[in-house]
Amino acid sequence: MSSSDFTPTEMMTIAASRALSNDDVCFVGIGAPSAACNVARLTHAPDITLIYESGTIGTAPEVLPLSIGDGELCETALTTVPVPEMFRYWLQGGRISIGFLGAAQLDRFGNINTTVIGDYHRPKVRLPGGGGAPEIATSCKEIFITMKQATRGMVEKIDFYTSFGHGEGGDHRQRLGIATKGPTLLITDLALWKPDPDTKEFTVVSLHPGVTRERVQETCGWKVRFSDRLEETPPPSPLEITTLRDLQARTERAHGGKKGA
Amino acid sequence: MAKFQSLKEAVAENLRDGDIVAFEGFTHLIPHAAAHEAIRQGRKDLTLIRMTPDVIYDQMIGMGLARKVVFSYAGNPGVGLLRRMRDAIENGWPRSIETVEHSHAAMANAYEAGAAGLPCAVFRGYRGAGLKEVNPEIRSIACPFTGEELAAIPAHRPDVAFIHAQKASKRGDVLIEGIVGVQKEAVLAARRAVVTVEEIVEDFSDLHPNLCVLPHWTVASVVHVPGGAHPSYAHGYYERDNAAYLEWDRISADRELFTRWMKENVLDAEPEVFAARVKGLHQ
Repeated sequence: MSSSDFTPTEMMTIAASRALSNDDVCFVGIGAPSAACNVARLTHAPDITLIYESGTIGTAPEVLPLSIGDGELCETALTTVPVPEMFRYWLQGGRISIGFLGAAQLDRFGNINTTVIGDYHRPKVRLPGGGGAPEIATSCKEIFITMKQATRGMVEKIDFYTSFGHGEGGDHRQRLGIATKGPTLLITDLALWKPDPDTKEFTVVSLHPGVTRERVQETCGWKVRFSDRLEETPPPSPLEITTLRDLQARTERAHGGKKGA
Repeated sequence: MAKFQSLKEAVAENLRDGDIVAFEGFTHLIPHAAAHEAIRQGRKDLTLIRMTPDVIYDQMIGMGLARKVVFSYAGNPGVGLLRRMRDAIENGWPRSIETVEHSHAAMANAYEAGAAGLPCAVFRGYRGAGLKEVNPEIRSIACPFTGEELAAIPAHRPDVAFIHAQKASKRGDVLIEGIVGVQKEAVLAARRAVVTVEEIVEDFSDLHPNLCVLPHWTVASVVHVPGGAHPSYAHGYYERDNAAYLEWDRISADRELFTRWMKENVLDAEPEVFAARVKGLHQ
């Protein structure tokens, strides 16, 4: 395959990786965020500090971990600290620049639900829950979110506020005493979204190559707003796509066919 | 003072019906063998505390040991959902369970507060989070100096904690290396602690002075169970058995298959089987 031949998921991962810089200290959620962070590390941001909530600081895994506590994360880390220290000194202490989260359900203001579908006390589906996300969402300087677009995931109203984005929009974070920026970027398989400076509603700022406005709207449960200066995301470069595919191939070999996260 | 015991004796002596118990391990060093012994001994009405309940609590809940679960992430790490726990929450099978849900930060803080002998943990958390609305144990407190509103939750004070570690010395001092998780805090927060270990060595005189060591007088019981974390891993000994975690998703999806698997692999098994289970996984 050439670099002009790529899947929407590959475009999502690569677009997400580009948003990270060499100076970032990034708290990595499992799933799509982990792939994006490691592609960044292996391409344009070799000195990025990746932190997983298992306590590993400055980790550089050769393959993607299956879980946030894989041995590989510890073996390649600068240091590994106890979990209470991770949450108290490093996260709550304000030392993390980017928190990178995935979502089961997301609304237009970047609020995330990974707890339940349906009523909390009588759930239709009990999802795993928040893990570190509630405090990642408020303690990191800013939050990136990545997920594939689908109407059941990107919804008008989420069933549960696992982690707080911009709440009802506007200055809702400040009103709750939250000093950090919250979600500043949403990377999907179809587009890049940024919050409107005033309303904080996620607005499409860039369509990935070949993606139409209609496609973005069809896969989103709320009425999508597009920026007046809509751009097109540059396609993956040969280096980016090769790095991602090599990482995934190494990961599959290491985990016996199972894709890492 | 740590006693060296069989796993059967250690569980019988330290875990009672109705206890509040923490089996801790953060992906790494999960005390599977100890959990299986608790299942064999048929303990009832337990309150299970754990950040990531994962496979062992799925098994204990599915076998009806739990009355209540206190947790922050109810998933099978890297695989998906906990199907036995879901069945208990959604359908009351084999019994209904009460759940108390927190965030990871809250759970870690609650263990630390327990270890520190404090009644509650105070931290900057739960801002805008829905758990505040559904968990009455999440309260707030104003900083007496700045007025900042902070989250407060009760400290974890388990009756007993179970952990798995790499080494114990002949005195019963315990060494934990790698991803150390919340095990030290869980042990110090608990009234009693049982530690299963990969290896018992003469002494710790050649260790680096800053390693994570629990002195023998903080531990009630030390049990030699090689492979006792399987399918979790023990840094320096064997790798995580990822295939077993994937397999659990299939086994736990069906009540009958689950019940049969538990009989064959837990109820009719002995702690000694763990050493064989990690044979192909050595680093």
